[in-house]
Amino acid sequence: MESRVLVIDHDKCTGCRRCELVCSVFHEGVSNPSKARIKVEKWEWEGLYIPMTCRQCVDAPCMNVCPVKAISRDDTEAKVSVDYDKCIVCRSCVAVCPFGAMNFNPAAKKVFKCDLCDGEPQCVRFCDMKAVDYIDSRKESTVRKRDAALKMAEAKKLGSAMDYEG
Amino acid sequence: MALDRKLAVVDLTTGNIEIKPISLDVRRKFLGGRGLAAYLLYKYVKPGCDPMGPDNAVIFSAGPLGGTLASAGSRTDVMCKNPLTGLLGSGNMGGFFAPELRWAGFDHILVKGKAPSPVYIWVHDGEVEIRDGKNVWGKTVTEAQWAIREELGDSDIKSAVCGPGAEKGVRYGNVMTGIKNANGRGGGGTVMGSKNLKMVATRGTMDIKIAHPKEALEFDKKYIEMITGAKVNQTMGTLGTPFIWGAANAWGGVRANNFQLNQLLYSDDIEPESLDEISNQTVGKYHMAACFGCQVHCRAKYRVPDRPLAKKLGMVGKYDEGPEYTSQNAFCGEPGCTKAETLLICNHLVNQYGLDNLETGSLISWAMELYEKGILTSKDTDGIDLRFGNDEALIEMIHHIGKRDTWLGDLLAEGGIAAAEKIGKDSLKYLVHVKGMSHLGSDERATPGLALNCAMASRGSDHLRSRPAIDLYHLPEQVLRRIYGSPVPYDGPLSPDQREYAGKAWMVYWQETVFMGVDCLGTCKYHTTFLGATLPNFEDWSKVLYYNTGLEMTPKEMWDVADRCNMIERLFNLREGMKKDDPLKGEMLIARYFDEPCRLGAPDVVGAKLDREKFKNMRAEFYLHKGCDADGIPIRQTLERLGLDTLDAEPSLL
Repeated sequence: MESRVLVIDHDKCTGCRRCELVCSVFHEGVSNPSKARIKVEKWEWEGLYIPMTCRQCVDAPCMNVCPVKAISRDDTEAKVSVDYDKCIVCRSCVAVCPFGAMNFNPAAKKVFKCDLCDGEPQCVRFCDMKAVDYIDSRKESTVRKRDAALKMAEAKKLGSAMDYEG
Repeated sequence: MALDRKLAVVDLTTGNIEIKPISLDVRRKFLGGRGLAAYLLYKYVKPGCDPMGPDNAVIFSAGPLGGTLASAGSRTDVMCKNPLTGLLGSGNMGGFFAPELRWAGFDHILVKGKAPSPVYIWVHDGEVEIRDGKNVWGKTVTEAQWAIREELGDSDIKSAVCGPGAEKGVRYGNVMTGIKNANGRGGGGTVMGSKNLKMVATRGTMDIKIAHPKEALEFDKKYIEMITGAKVNQTMGTLGTPFIWGAANAWGGVRANNFQLNQLLYSDDIEPESLDEISNQTVGKYHMAACFGCQVHCRAKYRVPDRPLAKKLGMVGKYDEGPEYTSQNAFCGEPGCTKAETLLICNHLVNQYGLDNLETGSLISWAMELYEKGILTSKDTDGIDLRFGNDEALIEMIHHIGKRDTWLGDLLAEGGIAAAEKIGKDSLKYLVHVKGMSHLGSDERATPGLALNCAMASRGSDHLRSRPAIDLYHLPEQVLRRIYGSPVPYDGPLSPDQREYAGKAWMVYWQETVFMGVDCLGTCKYHTTFLGATLPNFEDWSKVLYYNTGLEMTPKEMWDVADRCNMIERLFNLREGMKKDDPLKGEMLIARYFDEPCRLGAPDVVGAKLDREKFKNMRAEFYLHKGCDADGIPIRQTLERLGLDTLDAEPSLL
């Protein structure tokens, strides 16, 4: 059985980027979004903000592409990690990640990704909206189901109101 | 470290760029942000210069807490000599520019001279360049920002831009960033335009080293909870600043029909809850946006709703953010308009032209009163029926000011005092202003303390320099003593009654120092004592500064920095001709405040007007607290105490 996963509900994101900030301070001791493991992608002209980070894939492309088997997945923690003793920094993992969640730090000559902060993700801890949350993996779709159901109910209400007026 | 950011002095006439480090000594005297900018302005701008000429400077500043863990380290201060008032020009905006500037290695970009043709300044990872701006000149505030990202191939670039209004020399052009973050009131955008400078674009990937990262994270968690735990900020985080307008209007504390009424009637459509519903419908349930690192998130997203006027003007669906309290004043209360779509359209237009919303709406409302009184006629308005409550006329006038394409639009673009000189008759009498800057949209006749703030604000009539807003909360005296007696002792009078004059001068002086403090640090006013009495100030700043930057300063030392920097602003204004009773450049309210009583509102408002003598006594008391003589000029001992006695003689520290 899998434990908790990091989930993102971008609707709730206010775009403040505190997740990027606390991530880089926690991991590197510096404020520097280019070293954060999470990044809020923005389309400001329509107010769309989407936090992006590692999804800790089960069949992870980064893990599969790695020529020296430096990347592995811990199924209990649901976490994909890089073994820096094995890593040759070929950046193949950066190239294949479908979410852009594997990053490269040119100064340190290292790849880096979300490590879930040893079980207490700081982005979650500091996100007041819980646009980023750390929950039981089985619950992610439960919440989505309820939201979608509500939307359908509202659509139905709207539909019947239109019928009535028409 | 967080204090190693630099100053760049850019001369657009010669193309010369000097990069200077900022020493710890300078930090201890001025911290950074607005405070250090005031020092730079004083030293770099030639006394008596033409604000639209090459001798003026425009200074973009981040504070030492910008980009750090400190809550809302997002603020950008812009300072210059104001083309509207000829005195201090200063504005402050949120958004994401300041932290990006710091990641690019700088705290301050000082721009002087004038470029022969349009340029922009590109600041990135320790480097500063002047580049050809022909591709961005003429573009609206947002178009220009997206165009520069395209030109430089980086979607994370943040820019501080001036809009088309400022390019045309409208004297109250903002510096803007993002969709609507506005550095208003100071005319910084206009000075940019006068220098052929369209924008400062920045992108950085340099570390800001946090001095004590683990402690900073833990302290910050508590610090944020102090801020977001305040009821006022929770309301702000759902309804935004419009909630302030709702409360003020219900009470009778806003300007309506220029200054003839103190309450807007039939305001249902523009109440905070109504605006919130428009955002719900056009954006969705979660529609609040935040500035960098802020969990108050007070900015609503909206699209102009599908309503007849919006449809007629082709504005349906336009995306923008806000509107703020000030836009409700400028486009509803003052011109007497009550349609939400008008408010949302006007807000969008001033944001795109890059104009100060308060100045634009206030001057149009002033013109409406002149039209009502027959001082302006339809010949002067090019046929526009400039009645109060005429939504379309209001919208049309914004375009005419932004484009300067009619006689009246062009005239109002020059500001109220200049316009009154041309219009003549007794038009000046109806202009609601301090130091030549239109009064904000609130009415302070029933609140002497708040009124004093407006008269004393260093940048002209304004609430964000020293408004003791918690004076309205009727807090018990012992609570007031705790707040106003720290970090410097005070044992004079303090009254929970907002109608009183006694003790208010100290509250204004204390608030002025708090606001300078927060502006020196580069964080937001909603994160300190302003609308909430329980929010952090000097004592907690001392800790948050230490954990993030390593700089050790006591609360009292930080108070002294703020006191010093406020005095520099006063010295700048005195140097540029401020005299306390000068009707155009003085520290006084217009006669209407003392002669015309409030006609509407709650029982403690209706009938209220200010008492001239008591007001002057309160002002004299304020001067005493600041260490000034009866004319508001600092005495020698005060200057020595603040280390400003050699300000004129000494060479610039930077």
